[in-house]
Amino acid sequence: MDANLNSFVQNFFNSLSLGGLYALIAVGYTMVYGILRLINFAHGDIFMMGTYFAFYAITLFLLPWWLGFLVAICITGLLGYSIEKIAYRPLRNAPRISSLITAIGVSFFLESFAVVVFGGIPKSFNVYPKFFSEMLVMGKIRIPILTFITIIVTAFLFLFLWVLLYKTKTGLAMRAIAVDIPTTSLMGANVNNVISITFIVGSSFAAVAGILWAMKYPQVQPYMGFTPGLKAFIAAVIGGIGSIQGAIVGGFLLGFLEIMIVGFFPGLAGYRDVFAYVTLVIILMFRPTGIFKVYSEQKV
Amino acid sequence: MKKIFFVFLMGLIVFSALSFSEEVVKIGAALPMTGGIASFGEMVYQGIEIANQMFPTVLGMKVQIILADNRSDKTEAANVISRLINLNGVVGILGEVASSNTMAGGAIAEKAGVPLLSPASTNPLVTQGKQFVSRVCFIDPFQGHVAAVFALKNLKAKTAAVFTDVAQDYSVGLSNFFIKDFTAGGGTVYKEYYQSGDQDFSAQLTDALSHNPDVIYISGYYPEIALMAKQARQLGYTGPFLAGDGAEAPELIKIGGSAVNGLYYTSHFNADHPATKMGEEFVAKYESIYHTPPSALAALGFDTYLVMLNAIERAGSTDPAKINAAIRSTKNFEGATGYITIGDDGNAVKSAVINEVVNGQFTYVTTINP
Repeated sequence: MDANLNSFVQNFFNSLSLGGLYALIAVGYTMVYGILRLINFAHGDIFMMGTYFAFYAITLFLLPWWLGFLVAICITGLLGYSIEKIAYRPLRNAPRISSLITAIGVSFFLESFAVVVFGGIPKSFNVYPKFFSEMLVMGKIRIPILTFITIIVTAFLFLFLWVLLYKTKTGLAMRAIAVDIPTTSLMGANVNNVISITFIVGSSFAAVAGILWAMKYPQVQPYMGFTPGLKAFIAAVIGGIGSIQGAIVGGFLLGFLEIMIVGFFPGLAGYRDVFAYVTLVIILMFRPTGIFKVYSEQKV
Repeated sequence: MKKIFFVFLMGLIVFSALSFSEEVVKIGAALPMTGGIASFGEMVYQGIEIANQMFPTVLGMKVQIILADNRSDKTEAANVISRLINLNGVVGILGEVASSNTMAGGAIAEKAGVPLLSPASTNPLVTQGKQFVSRVCFIDPFQGHVAAVFALKNLKAKTAAVFTDVAQDYSVGLSNFFIKDFTAGGGTVYKEYYQSGDQDFSAQLTDALSHNPDVIYISGYYPEIALMAKQARQLGYTGPFLAGDGAEAPELIKIGGSAVNGLYYTSHFNADHPATKMGEEFVAKYESIYHTPPSALAALGFDTYLVMLNAIERAGSTDPAKINAAIRSTKNFEGATGYITIGDDGNAVKSAVINEVVNGQFTYVTTINP
């Protein structure tokens, strides 16, 4: 194979690998937005807390890695539940800007909490079996096994979400709340419970993404959620915030954009973040609804 | 009532500040204790603390160290310097570590006329045009030269992929000095770029490795170096890495694991080969407390405290301007990292050490004199 083609194929898999992670984080953003019209800026920090929970479950409580991950995902779900209950629920009928500011406040709180409790020094996330860091070698192309795991996990969670939304009563209620909260509660659905479930699911997804992220970039620190969170937010907007398919497509698109720009123009690599933000601006200017336009009858 | 209480409280604070200032010399330590390069701050502070324990007084007064965290952030770096000067009233400041942060803070110290003594900011611009900013370490034109000569002569490298962190003045400068001397010696370079905080380097590495470089030179800081080394090994790179003094931190090995074996870096100090008697004393004291050999940054932190204390002694006063003049006339002062002479430009001239990571240990390779 010629060297350029080789690089291209390698970069194709590099993009899939990064895009899958963005997609997974973006799904959590979009779910909460779709239902509450709230941009949960603390999502990136919930992602960070998820990785710390996994780290400590395994290193401090000496759980086997799979149980540690499971426990971390559950605890992160509980964290999402508490955040919604303490910080967002009292403001549900307040102007939207209040909830937005609260979300930023929660984000700062979680970061500072992590600095105080876990310490500011980055920790090494070497708590998973060697298998996950193996590479699949095909000629000159090398693909981390983790890339496939990320894509499979993303697909599986997407399926889970689809079943939850379209095949269960809770999902029906979620879709109804997305359209109109008072009417839904008049129909006898317990709005508080449904919103709690949304946060639990969204936060658990963040934990899954956090664990996969830390396996790929094994460095856990209190501010690690900021950039991935922001990027995933951009991914969600590109895809059409509120739309789950959109979040996934947006995540992969952003992954491809970031890797391919660097791949084709290595000199621009230092400005990689700029491209993500410029894309956001362009999307907001010309198609503010994103790729998948969310119609009022199928929000979420 | 509230107002009266407030006035009373303020009076109390002012009074207590006044009453303390008579018996204590306050020295600030502006360091990154959290954020990306938190490990640097921790190591430097360990060195300062040990120096403070060994030499707790100056001019018959107790020395009080006031630590301020700049969160590895440029804006915050400037803020903490103003806070230390205006709120805490320090007579001198030890810090900051990253060159970009020292530049941000240096402008404030310069205006206030309080000496800022950096342990490890090696970019030449840090002290340029500044009367009050000095350092106890060598500067990057020398460090880049040492790395280039080492790559050409010892590693027998003809091609190098050079990774530059565009968000750090330190990295941009060091890469340029390395490239200048490496190409002057007949080498070819491929330039790649990234930014502090980046975690994915797969695209740049794919491009760099398509040129089959003999060595990968990374001029940034340890968090990115560790992740980059890991990803380079995953992409099949088996050759050596070469880095600057920004590589040395325990996290490099904790995060990089076996991927950073075969990483060489230029540094200021190696605990197995201290250059002075003071260095031996420092290593012994450090090991008795932390049960591990000290890093270069701990030794540099130790030296900043000593140089500052020595300057206060020679100045015979706690007047910041006099202390600053004394810092800049430091001659052959015995520190842990060598004999320190600080010139009128605020820079120290010292020899460099090259270390290698072997089986997860920082191992001494050689010393190169200026």
